[in-house]
Amino acid sequence: MPRISAAERGAAVEERAIEVPRELQREMYLKMLQIRAFEEKVAYFFSRGMVHGTTHLYMGEEATAVGAVASLGDDDFITSTHRGHGHTIAKGIELPRMMAELLGKQSGYCKGKGGSMHIADLARGNLGANGVVGGGIPIATGAGITIKLRGDDRVVACFFGDGAINEGTFHESVNLASVWKLPVIYICENNQYGMSMSVRRATNIDDLSLRAKAYGIPGTRVDGNDVLAVYRAVREARDYVRKNGPVLIVAETYRFSGHSKSDANRYRTKEEIAEWRERDPIARMRKRMLEGGSATEEELVELENGARRSIEEAVKYAEESPESSIDELETDVYAD
Amino acid sequence: MREITYAEAIREAMSEEMRRDPSVFFMGEDIGVYGGAFGVSVGMIDEFGPERVRDTPISEAAIIGAAAGAAVTGSRPIAEIQFSDFVAIGLDQLGNQAAKMRYMFGGRAQVPMVVRAPAGSGTGAAAQHSQSQEAIYCHIPGLKVVTPSTPYDAKGLLKSAIRDNNPVVFLEQKLLYRVKGPVPEEEYTVPLGRADVKRTGRDLTIVTWGRMAGMCLETAVRLAEEGIDVEVVDLRSLVPLDKETVVESVKKTGHLLIVHEAVQSAGYGGEIAALVADSEAFFYLDAPIRRVAGLDVPIPYNPTLERNAVPTPERIERAVRDLLG
Repeated sequence: MPRISAAERGAAVEERAIEVPRELQREMYLKMLQIRAFEEKVAYFFSRGMVHGTTHLYMGEEATAVGAVASLGDDDFITSTHRGHGHTIAKGIELPRMMAELLGKQSGYCKGKGGSMHIADLARGNLGANGVVGGGIPIATGAGITIKLRGDDRVVACFFGDGAINEGTFHESVNLASVWKLPVIYICENNQYGMSMSVRRATNIDDLSLRAKAYGIPGTRVDGNDVLAVYRAVREARDYVRKNGPVLIVAETYRFSGHSKSDANRYRTKEEIAEWRERDPIARMRKRMLEGGSATEEELVELENGARRSIEEAVKYAEESPESSIDELETDVYAD
Repeated sequence: MREITYAEAIREAMSEEMRRDPSVFFMGEDIGVYGGAFGVSVGMIDEFGPERVRDTPISEAAIIGAAAGAAVTGSRPIAEIQFSDFVAIGLDQLGNQAAKMRYMFGGRAQVPMVVRAPAGSGTGAAAQHSQSQEAIYCHIPGLKVVTPSTPYDAKGLLKSAIRDNNPVVFLEQKLLYRVKGPVPEEEYTVPLGRADVKRTGRDLTIVTWGRMAGMCLETAVRLAEEGIDVEVVDLRSLVPLDKETVVESVKKTGHLLIVHEAVQSAGYGGEIAALVADSEAFFYLDAPIRRVAGLDVPIPYNPTLERNAVPTPERIERAVRDLLG
């Protein structure tokens, strides 16, 4: 984990202890557990050929989505990525219907037309996962225009990976948001690889948050495996962007699984993976809650059992749901 | 009836819709004080201010993508791309994002946005500023594609496009911007998906759109002096397509000539030909279906070359005579 000096932090996110209530800590722990359990189930389904297509697992990065989204209001917007299960669950989607979508069922969020890479939950401000790297960044920016024109106080959290930071859409969008002072929090999840391409080989800087300087906006780096640190950083950013325009937050994290199901992990070492597993965001939060007295062992076990149960129920619902209807094949192309 | 230019008609459509609906806003390069590269938006920033008439940096992907993001969150953006050729820079946002959101999300998203862009050759700007690329957009389910040939249609279609709940690619004809035509003072709209028979005739149907509609009409008037009676069907909107008007016209005349400025190969004219070949109108045809379209070359700079890279009145007239031969 690269060390983050105070000097590297931007004006938006200063070292200030924001109190995180016990209840919220437990909620965040539960959300991380749900994401992990959801994806373990998805990985199992894929290995058994029960789900077709591909899937991109978020395991190891849960603290970033959960910490960030926990700091948002219910009606704030997010845009997500191809690795979007974490953001989607963090934003509060109904797990049974999300699982149904992955199994291609009519009761899925997108009637089985979207799948893993295209889940959206517009009612909760989730503008969608995205199959195109960097594809959601302009969309988040446009949501910022709607907020600005209406004059309300919502914000947009725009998630993307270290791969997307080298897409033109990143540059065009962050620049546009900076000149128009749009309330967008750009959150780069640096999981160290764009598929097999190491961020060290893909960019000539060690600290991706330095990119913010080019747009005259605050840039900061946060330990993406520390849910409380992410929560605090995004919480401060949320207040900042409403008044001052966008910020860039780079969350340093790591994906435990391969890029997708085709990944043989040839580009990274077992040692590196093991080292990051030591920093598992869920285990870290558990330890911290126990040590800090935010929860007892019994309470934690109860949350863990609850998370597993919620996924089992989601699976049951999804499996019992009917397949997508062939009658729906040509619907939803155009709105009336 | 009063006469105004095609550019003025477009400006009126935008201004009227912005007065009518506060969720409509307009963004693009140099659309503010400059008034747009073709002067379409002159004065709009004075009425609506810089929040609703937003001058953007030169960032086509962000313009189109931000329009999609604004649309899916409840705004009704009009995005101007300075030349339609540059839509290519934002094509992921148009074709992979805006066009597909509704379907991917199971019908829960609505993306009411218009991408306005000037198309066509004839200005001497050569290969990267002169194309007619409507076929690309027609090939992407989820997009609507409109291209008006008169000031009246431009205004009425643009108002419908702004009110439509889907992404609409609105291709303007840059050589028509200064052309005047009758446009009523009172409110009207022209529905998307309805062709206009610009001239009725007995002998042969020309199906066309955009700038070529005028050229075909002039040819038809000339041929009428010899007693050749040509019907000119201006599609106006390519998606959705008014199949019925095309089929009915061909059934009446028994001859079909398709004229478009875009390059012939894989052009939308092929789609029209296939539509007729696959319809009951096929049995009424007295001659093969013929196309007069752009040559399969980039638009050249030299004026003579440029003029001959796209349909000319002479080529259209020759094709009509051949078909009726």
